Amino acid sequence: MAKILAVVEQRDGALRKVSNEVVGAARTIADAVGAEVHAVLLGPPGVAGGAGELGRWGADKVLVVENDALAQYSPDVAAATVAAQAEGDTYAIVFAASAQGRDLAPRVAAKLDVPLAADVTAIDASNGELQVTRPVYSGRAFATLAFTGGPRVLSIRPNVFRPAENAKSGTVETITPALDPSQARVKVREVKAASGDRPDVGEAAIVVSGGRGMKGPESWNLLEELRDALGPQAALGASRAVVDAGWRPHAEQVGQTGKTVSPQLYIAVGISGAMQHLAGMRSARTIVAINKDPDAPIFKVADYGIVGDAHEILPKLTEAIRSM
Amino acid sequence: MNIYVCIKRVPDTEARIKVNGAAIDPAGIKHVISPYDEFAIEAALRLKEAKGAGEVVVVSVGDAASAEQLRTALAMGADRAVLLEGDVTADGLATAKALAAELKAASPDLVLLGMKGVDHDQQQVGPMLAELLGLPCVTVVSELQVENGQVIAHREVEGGVEVVESPLPAVLTITKGKDEPRYPSLKGIMAAKKKPLEQKPAQLGESRLKVTSMSPPPDRPPGRIVGEGVDAVPELVRLLREEAKVL
Repeated sequence: MAKILAVVEQRDGALRKVSNEVVGAARTIADAVGAEVHAVLLGPPGVAGGAGELGRWGADKVLVVENDALAQYSPDVAAATVAAQAEGDTYAIVFAASAQGRDLAPRVAAKLDVPLAADVTAIDASNGELQVTRPVYSGRAFATLAFTGGPRVLSIRPNVFRPAENAKSGTVETITPALDPSQARVKVREVKAASGDRPDVGEAAIVVSGGRGMKGPESWNLLEELRDALGPQAALGASRAVVDAGWRPHAEQVGQTGKTVSPQLYIAVGISGAMQHLAGMRSARTIVAINKDPDAPIFKVADYGIVGDAHEILPKLTEAIRSM
Repeated sequence: MNIYVCIKRVPDTEARIKVNGAAIDPAGIKHVISPYDEFAIEAALRLKEAKGAGEVVVVSVGDAASAEQLRTALAMGADRAVLLEGDVTADGLATAKALAAELKAASPDLVLLGMKGVDHDQQQVGPMLAELLGLPCVTVVSELQVENGQVIAHREVEGGVEVVESPLPAVLTITKGKDEPRYPSLKGIMAAKKKPLEQKPAQLGESRLKVTSMSPPPDRPPGRIVGEGVDAVPELVRLLREEAKVL
């Protein structure tokens, strides 16, 4: 039987949430074309313990590499190992369009000499042949793509696919890496955490984003408090104007020259809504805008808007959410 | 130190994108160097200046009009340019193969690219090129230093920065760091006219990933203004809980 590889991710030895989405998307394709789903996971010793959980989202098998050197993502080891697992009848390989998947998927595609469709937001295999849809020009258009031959390599945008419960055996097998981790050419010297366990703005389920209407970087504590009240899945974002002004780091920038995001909830505070910003966030499920200017373009894409001063509204909003 | 920088001609980020069939309508669109590629050019020029020797070569795969972006890179300070003429498609591996065919013989010490093209945003040509050349690759680099045949790079990952080391030669994809790309000076623009710009056909091969259709983004359902000022907050929270069900 043909197989579909679902390349999943761990952090600190635990599966990342996007892993369920990757397995779920792989399952959807597998059911349409008649294939098994084999998840592939690399991580530190002990990571195999919780890996069987992926069976719940449709993994028939979970192939696990455990190695002390793999606590951190190693591109060389991961690319060689995933490519080796693709031998045989592999219909597709599904990655997350996360920082790691964006780095890994093109390496694997090149090793296998096949193209890659990155950052996919919809898949359709209903007529037995996979087609994918992905945003281009930062979401100002959507392109539907067809593959010629396989394996069809794709990465899926985090937060977009909702995995359905589809229990399969999820049998865990330990495999050996195709490259000895000591042979990796690129080595991590050090990891500097920027925001503790906070998700990246590109993957967070909730994004609280600030713009020039915040008046200055010293006001960001108001946004941080709202983010904290919204829970551990919330992250901060920023408009290009405030990143260019040096108020916030580029890693937080949302828009065409920053990150394109699709969270469940996007709260835009003091952001007028330049075209390149709207392009980066208009696929959010629910958009809230808080802005002094009732004519700001951001209100055209917002589901809910409040016209008013962010400095007054934010503390009240934070308080209301905390007391829920 | 010989540095190759691969750049792409893309629509300006403020351009109005109109879909026409399986592509966008090119009418009235201004084109620029993809902004991340400008960061890569800046990083290359700074490395050359710091070493006081070497060459910065800019390469682009694209149609004849891409010469305009290559001239801009020459005006910024690159030494020479190569235009690999051909149709760039959604198949980034085809683009990577065309670049690899050019770079293999050149054996540069360092290859830099923007971390993504702001048009198709696939973030794939850099790592693919590295695989094709058999070189190590570090993606999304915001800061780099070259010392003792090694590159030390800061790479942006979820929730932090990884400091990694790689032997040279290597392929790096560059994101915004502390250095803004320079504007071409008048002197630079004049000098660029005399710098070599070689044009030859790109060895793209067949595109195996095809755009079958393109559509504008789905319209968002019309939203509403909940109210003005702090008085609107309780109603907003109620709507987020009960109607949108996101809290």
